[in-house]
Amino acid sequence: MTEILTEKPGAGATPAGSVPLASASQLLSLVPKAEGKQSMKDFKSDQEVRWCPGCGDYAILAAVQGFMPELGLAKENIVFVSGIGCSSRFPYYMNTYGMHSIHGRAPAIASGLATSRRDLSVWVVTGDGDALSIGGNHLIHALRRNVNLKILLFNNRIYGLTKGQYSPTSEVGKITKSTPMGSLDAPFNPVSLAIGAEASFVARTVDSDRKHLTEVLRQAAAHPGTALVEIYQNCNIFNDGAFEVLKDKQQAQEAVIRLTHGEPIRFGPEGSKGVVRDPATGDLRIVTVTPENESSVLVHDAHQQSPTTAFALSRLADPDTLHHTPIGVLRSVERPVYDTLMSEQLDAAVEQGGKGDLAALLAGKDTWTVVG
Amino acid sequence: MANQVSSAAEHADGTDAGEQDAALPGGKEVRRLDRVIIRFAGDSGDGMQLTGDRFTSETASFGNDLSTLPNFPAEIRAPAGTLPGVSSFQLHFADHDILTPGDAPNVLVAMNPAALKANIGDVPRGAEIIVNTDEFTKRAMAKVGYQSSPLEDGSLDAFQLHPVPLTTLTVEALKGFDLSRKEAERSKNMFALGLLSWMYHRPTEGTEAFLRKKFAKKPEIAEANLAAYRAGWNFGETTEDFATSYEVEPATSAFPAGTYRNISGNLALSYGLVAAGQQADLPLYLGSYPITPASDILHELSKHKNFGVRTFQAEDEIAGIGAALGAAFGGSLAVTTTSGPGVALKSETIGLAVSLELPLLIVDIQRGGPSTGLPTKTEQADLLQAMYGRNGEAPVPIVAPKTPADCFDAALEAARIALTYRTPVFLLSDGYLANGSEPWRVPEPDELPDLRVQFAQGPNHTLEDGSEVFWPYKRDPLTLARPWAVPGTPGLEHRIGGIEKQDGTGNISYDPANHDHMVRTRQAKTDRISVPDLAVDDPSGDAPVLVIGWGSTYGPITAAVRRLRLAGESIAQAHLRHLNPFPANLGEVLAGYRKVVVPEMNLGQLNTLLRARYLVDTQSYTQVSGMPFKAEQLATVLKEALDD
Repeated sequence: MTEILTEKPGAGATPAGSVPLASASQLLSLVPKAEGKQSMKDFKSDQEVRWCPGCGDYAILAAVQGFMPELGLAKENIVFVSGIGCSSRFPYYMNTYGMHSIHGRAPAIASGLATSRRDLSVWVVTGDGDALSIGGNHLIHALRRNVNLKILLFNNRIYGLTKGQYSPTSEVGKITKSTPMGSLDAPFNPVSLAIGAEASFVARTVDSDRKHLTEVLRQAAAHPGTALVEIYQNCNIFNDGAFEVLKDKQQAQEAVIRLTHGEPIRFGPEGSKGVVRDPATGDLRIVTVTPENESSVLVHDAHQQSPTTAFALSRLADPDTLHHTPIGVLRSVERPVYDTLMSEQLDAAVEQGGKGDLAALLAGKDTWTVVG
Repeated sequence: MANQVSSAAEHADGTDAGEQDAALPGGKEVRRLDRVIIRFAGDSGDGMQLTGDRFTSETASFGNDLSTLPNFPAEIRAPAGTLPGVSSFQLHFADHDILTPGDAPNVLVAMNPAALKANIGDVPRGAEIIVNTDEFTKRAMAKVGYQSSPLEDGSLDAFQLHPVPLTTLTVEALKGFDLSRKEAERSKNMFALGLLSWMYHRPTEGTEAFLRKKFAKKPEIAEANLAAYRAGWNFGETTEDFATSYEVEPATSAFPAGTYRNISGNLALSYGLVAAGQQADLPLYLGSYPITPASDILHELSKHKNFGVRTFQAEDEIAGIGAALGAAFGGSLAVTTTSGPGVALKSETIGLAVSLELPLLIVDIQRGGPSTGLPTKTEQADLLQAMYGRNGEAPVPIVAPKTPADCFDAALEAARIALTYRTPVFLLSDGYLANGSEPWRVPEPDELPDLRVQFAQGPNHTLEDGSEVFWPYKRDPLTLARPWAVPGTPGLEHRIGGIEKQDGTGNISYDPANHDHMVRTRQAKTDRISVPDLAVDDPSGDAPVLVIGWGSTYGPITAAVRRLRLAGESIAQAHLRHLNPFPANLGEVLAGYRKVVVPEMNLGQLNTLLRARYLVDTQSYTQVSGMPFKAEQLATVLKEALDD
């Protein structure tokens, strides 16, 4: 391990468990790598996992724990921050640093941590209610700022922990305990929302597709800045089968549009369907691919600076049937990272004005002297 | 100096200014005064705050003791010429130690009829009033309800009225400049400043340098303002209307030896935070959302990035404290700054900080409430919000500064408590302290407390099987503080959260006995915080009445006490800096007096706490006008208590 805390003489009172005096200002500025090989086991905490049996969260937890060793980061430099909700119990099960905070506020708390500690890999785990309802404001501003956070949004389209009310991603007309005659509000499409909020990285994946989920995590982890990963997650108690159409092999052929950067956007049995741009409106539409139109099938470019096409792709999904749901990385562009800019301003301030001199600051420029 | 309890009462605030005649250079009489209160009043756009600030700086550099009271509307530009649009700045300066911005002005500068009307009620008979006659048009007077001109109808006969066509004179003085009439008129505040500076023999170099710097990019404007300033000075020297000028000697005996500067409460508080970061050897992190009257702290701290200070202007109040709490988890000295409405929004996160047991400073610059209330006026009505305004049993220590300069020390004290006990701490300042200013003896960094802390670095517990583990909630037996284990420290990976946790391990626990234990432990940790005993100022030792206050009422209470003592009364005074926990001797102090009076700018919040906690029949005296108490008013109330 890299030495992150250095000793200083003249320690004051000694709180429990503390040894030599140290200073956080001397911490390293980049995330240190792990010494030696890590395994999935290294990332499992000793806490009993308490989600309902059959919950999609188990699969996501296993995928994340399985993926972490690949990153090879010192696990003490990884932090999971969550809000409130079923998914937000996630940090307790990761053997890293973690904070289970309050409803909706995880992006704000994580922003403070990430902007003050560039040597950490900070992950936010949130749900559709946590991120899009009570915490919507923090989510959009984190995305806008492009703080170095990886946000995993578990979307089960229902409130689980409060036992089954509709969520901001539930389809219109959802019958729940709080909406016996059906919900009235139109749902958010989290991917569209994120693209609209200036997100530099937006992806969608599904809890049950470990390979795809891991690949998306890989790309998110490599992205500098805020990465939003929407993970469709089944709540087998209150909204079972919500994503069945995307998981059932047969139906998925029609329902799922798998995006791969640099590849033509085709789906359906043997790639019989494709996405083309309507020359009249500029919007995207779905066609049956023929030898004549094959060359006009859109090639996915996640790195396109303009969010227009990524947004249009996100709108292909039908919020009711989930038909034509794109999964994969919709958008991944480089944009200045807030925490880097913040640190650069600090460096620039020292360059311009020299390191802060407390005595000079306190005295200011307009003093007078009283002789005793 | 206004920041120490003093039993010496040679000079009482609010007594009549002593005068003596002096030399007559240039045919003009010079009188010596021991103290003067000046109020500049005008339209929000007239630059009265700037004028007051400049006069204050001149006065500070001259060496007088001083205290200021800026008073302005919440609107940036209220309709011109109206009563709600009046902005004023009161300055009290003296050749001795003073404590308040003064009750009643000796001189009122009224830039328009609205300013006269809004302020005349505070001006005692015999005082001088300087009015800008150019603004006393029929229409402007009618706008504020003057049927006839107060300058002519005899209603101001009881005052020494100086009618001065300030606008005309300013425009005349700037004739040689390539400025429109409108542009030239804008310098009339500098003309007024020049006139007052002549009247009170203020040094001019500071203002001249200030104007040159402020308008460095517009040298023409700088020169025009300088010309207006000098024209005002010369006007005073030459016109016969101003036959007398006044000297107020430097307050040399009031100040212990040292280097001094003038400082406002918000600036002192900002410096206190920077100093706390330096003294703790921790990076300072501010998460904040702009709100009056706290925004100046965000502005100030954002200038000091070369101290490693990070300022994060968040999307809302909740994100402001959230980011600060995240930074605290990461090992920063974390702060959030706000006012009452912002505290309401932050409450849930404060509760989380109580549960996480991480150091965090919550700076509340109190203003008039409830709801939006009076954003630019002062009040002390957030005490109970700070004390109890959260769900569950969520004790938070509270520290309150008593004067503008004391905001510096109070910030260091709040940081000491937060860092030592791993807890959120409230720092309760208010609008009066925030914007008011006074001379401050600049401390040397080596006089400041050592706030360095230790992060946890290794296991702190041995299990029965002999293995060494880290327990995030294993406490220091003395302070009950838990270890501060920051991410990046190998082997100490742990998870914390707002769900109740088992003491020691920090694991989620719904066990009834554990919850009871944790609630009591968090309370005990706060109760155990070591705070100094309450000092009582009781020179005679047999005072029947104790007056006790907290926060910014220190100035007027102390001034009232001095006044009573000068009149031969025996009264004791104490002032609380720590509101939670209270000093250990407080109950004993309260029990030692026949009567205890508690003046507050709320409806008796401290009084409620004292009565509930100590079962004493304290007597509340309150005012919630958005303005500080006047010394005279408190002296009367305390006299009644003494006579009762």
